[in-house]
Amino acid sequence: MVKDLLVILIASSLVNNVVLSQFLGLCPFLGVSKKTNTAAGMGVAVIFVITLASAVAGAIYKYLLVPFDITYLQTIVFILVIAALVQFVEMFLKKYIPALYQSLGVYLPLITTNCAVLGVALTNVQKEYGILSGIVNGFATAVGFTISIIILAGIREKMAYNDIPESFKGMPIVLVTAGLMAIAFCGFSGLL
Amino acid sequence: MNSVKERLVNGILKENPTFVLMLGMCPTLAVTTSAVNGLGMGLTTMVVLALSNVFISLLRNIIPDKVRIPAFIVIIASFVTVVELLLQGFIPFLYEALGIYIPLIVVNCIILGRAEAYAYKNPVIPSLFDGIGMGLGFSAALTCIGAVRELLGAGEIFGIHVMPDSFVPVSIFIMAPGAFFVLALLTAVQNKIKINGEKKGKDMSKIQSGCGLDCAGCDDSGCAHRLYDEKKPSVKAPEQTDTAKKEDENNG
Repeated sequence: MVKDLLVILIASSLVNNVVLSQFLGLCPFLGVSKKTNTAAGMGVAVIFVITLASAVAGAIYKYLLVPFDITYLQTIVFILVIAALVQFVEMFLKKYIPALYQSLGVYLPLITTNCAVLGVALTNVQKEYGILSGIVNGFATAVGFTISIIILAGIREKMAYNDIPESFKGMPIVLVTAGLMAIAFCGFSGLL
Repeated sequence: MNSVKERLVNGILKENPTFVLMLGMCPTLAVTTSAVNGLGMGLTTMVVLALSNVFISLLRNIIPDKVRIPAFIVIIASFVTVVELLLQGFIPFLYEALGIYIPLIVVNCIILGRAEAYAYKNPVIPSLFDGIGMGLGFSAALTCIGAVRELLGAGEIFGIHVMPDSFVPVSIFIMAPGAFFVLALLTAVQNKIKINGEKKGKDMSKIQSGCGLDCAGCDDSGCAHRLYDEKKPSVKAPEQTDTAKKEDENNG
């Protein structure tokens, strides 16, 4: 059991990295990676939301959709649950944990329609994970996202002073960097 | 302005969702490993886009302004589910190839963007053709990117061998990193066109600079920020710009 969870943890965070090999959550990956501080903040917010969302989505799937035999509604149910959940988390943090809200609040609305969140919920169903494995998978995926966004932000900070050809300034050079990172992450595929 | 032809041309050329507006980049990168997959994804998205545009346009006087985004999402998600089941039943090979990216059409910025920017404000027929035009533009773009990647990565186009035998396929182009490189070149070309256009004094504001600047494309078209609460954007917006400014200062 523990071994299975460990395999999921490594596979989802490194081998099948959510951004670099599955292209989910590209928008925040490219958009919020200018500075390592903000990238880390975004990463923590994503870990928080995805772990929570995969727990809630997994529970709803197991105890609501399967018993009533309406699993074909999963896409609709998941997207609404995730959207509502993010709003709820935002309100909850604002009211009860203002300190955390101060640091994560800005990123929460950006995550609402992040395809990584929905992607994880759907992958959990597709791979027939139970609730616990689903939570571990969600957590690992989010950790993978955090690792790659912080690395990208670090490289971008160094790159800011480089002499880059005019048409490659801005997004193109970031995409080239992401491509090189993706090659590096291909190396993990021998891990399992 | 609302003529059928104008809508189609607008979607395919003037406001091409991929090449000009830079929307919906996740599926663009993920499924363009071959021209067939790109075309399949494009057409699937087009069907969803056209149907949801028609429905949202029909319901535009009924949906209250405050809950329009959740309403859009439910409509879009329903059509995505319908299309997913149809693909599973009738085109299983495409269903296998596209996998999880079919349900993820729900969060494709293009669809929510068109609902918000066009279908919610315009009559049914133009909305339908707006959807078809945008969908065709998206399909054309995905097919092109897919064809380039397939040609370089496998020496084939639509599964037909076209390169001479001496050509050694650069297989990285059909793997994940290749997607980033192709998109990097694409945005670089776009940047070049934009820079040249601005030098000649043309209005180039329509062209987004990639998915950059906190995903400007997504934010503008209503993906982020605007769920459930109408007041949110005005509260959120200053915060966002403040952080952006701080970031800029720190970078400078």
